[in-house]
Amino acid sequence: MIVADRKPLNEILDMVKRCNRILVVGCKGCVTVCNVGGLKEVQILATSLKIARKIGGFPLVVDEMVLERQCDTEYIAIIKETVTDYDAVVSMACGVGPQFLSEAYPEQKFYPAVNTTFFGGAVSHGIWEERCAGCGTCVIHYFDGLCPVARCSKSLLNGPCGGSDHGKCEISREVDCIWDKIVRKKVEQGRLDDLLDVVPAKNWQSARDGGPRRSRREELIQNG
Amino acid sequence: MDDFKSGSNLEKVLKAGHFALTGECGPPRGANVAHLKEKFGHLKGMVDAVNLTDNQTAVVRLSSWAASAIMVQEGLEPNFQMVCRDRNRLAMQSDILGVYSLGVRNMLCLSGDHQKFGNHPQAKNVYDIDSMQLISLVRKMRDEGQFFNGEPIDESPKLFIGAAANPFAEPFDFRVYRLAKKIAAGADFIQTQCIYNMDRFRKFMSQAVDMGLTEKCFILAGVTPMKTVGMANYMAKSVPGMDVPESLIKRLKGAEKGKVAEEGIRFCLEQIEEFKTMKGVAGVHLMAIEWEHRVPEIAERAGLLPRPVMAAGLEVNK
Repeated sequence: MIVADRKPLNEILDMVKRCNRILVVGCKGCVTVCNVGGLKEVQILATSLKIARKIGGFPLVVDEMVLERQCDTEYIAIIKETVTDYDAVVSMACGVGPQFLSEAYPEQKFYPAVNTTFFGGAVSHGIWEERCAGCGTCVIHYFDGLCPVARCSKSLLNGPCGGSDHGKCEISREVDCIWDKIVRKKVEQGRLDDLLDVVPAKNWQSARDGGPRRSRREELIQNG
Repeated sequence: MDDFKSGSNLEKVLKAGHFALTGECGPPRGANVAHLKEKFGHLKGMVDAVNLTDNQTAVVRLSSWAASAIMVQEGLEPNFQMVCRDRNRLAMQSDILGVYSLGVRNMLCLSGDHQKFGNHPQAKNVYDIDSMQLISLVRKMRDEGQFFNGEPIDESPKLFIGAAANPFAEPFDFRVYRLAKKIAAGADFIQTQCIYNMDRFRKFMSQAVDMGLTEKCFILAGVTPMKTVGMANYMAKSVPGMDVPESLIKRLKGAEKGKVAEEGIRFCLEQIEEFKTMKGVAGVHLMAIEWEHRVPEIAERAGLLPRPVMAAGLEVNK
């Protein structure tokens, strides 16, 4: 899923400092699963904003809503009638949400309430980790299902570098060296030979380096 | 290894069978060329080539290519270092052609320290290609006369290709295979990480010899004399991939007051003495960090002076 972190309250307060009336919109997709932008978090943010503004002597009216998904024009259409009733709309979806909203309603201002961080999952309760860099050409089959593009700090395809230390990356004791895991897995399975050939340079055209990306599915376009 | 690939002094020294000695010099954190030249002065005639580090520890310094060019002017032979952190494949190839045109004939290909360690941790890193792929890039430019994309180069850069190896980083068992990969990718010579754990290095070298790697590539053993107990403790605890045995720290601590640096040099000299006869070791890479002025003394006491003078102008294998 897409993982995100809530922005600090003061940053959101600053975005809406000139507003009298706002709408906070959550999303039932990834941000609900990672506990950052679902119904509960929408309620907490709305209440926090109201209390802070009341204390500051400049009360704020905050309405709340949660959409099925903000990355889908069909669900975004639900707020069509009410979207202009507010001075601004604060989206608690990933970075896709406020952009889809902005494109659908060019007359309104949309602010992000979260920092979108990575594609990953929860490794334990309350801890999420990155697993995919969305590079557009998956190579994890070469590395037994472990991705050095996303999980090596240097995206080395021929690691590990000299900074691998007791299974940890040189950048932090909290970051696993993915190359240590790849090598150990290959050794355990008696397939170290897989790692002896030099992996050629990656073609980054399918990644963000090739420019903003677009996915086209002809069968759906024709049937649509 | 009969034909010269680059005609560099280092290549000639190694191929003539001499026990090589390379040095290292960090460019200044500023444009103080006078100070840089002063450091070069200590190394002139003392080593066969000098590594010019490329923003080492991710701290901005005068560029390694400019320092290399100044070194050529000063009559020393540079070993131009390039890391994958700061350049994409366009900038790399452009700089490779650039340094070659300025007289550089040796190049060391490295991944580079992550920018998190340096003085611009906010920077975006590149890592378009890794050190293994950089080695193959330089070899392709030199031996096939082609850019990375296969387009022809009108005059290709003839560089003696170096790479690093860390026999002490984990996973240990894979390190010799990684060395083999670097040689397969095109490394002509290897400079190792600073060696302090001799037992582990002996094991690494014996594996390399058994795998026939030392017949395909020259391995220079890396040494850095310890100046203080604090330096030894720091390297032991805070430098990832560094293996400093407790026995060495104890030995330095046991030195008389004011004699710790001398004890560090003695350990280094003992290492060099062993390397001279260790199977597969073709020379020493002496990284005297901010201690260039002590290199003549260390080289002299190690019995490595005078350095061989190689005939100039030998035809490079085209």
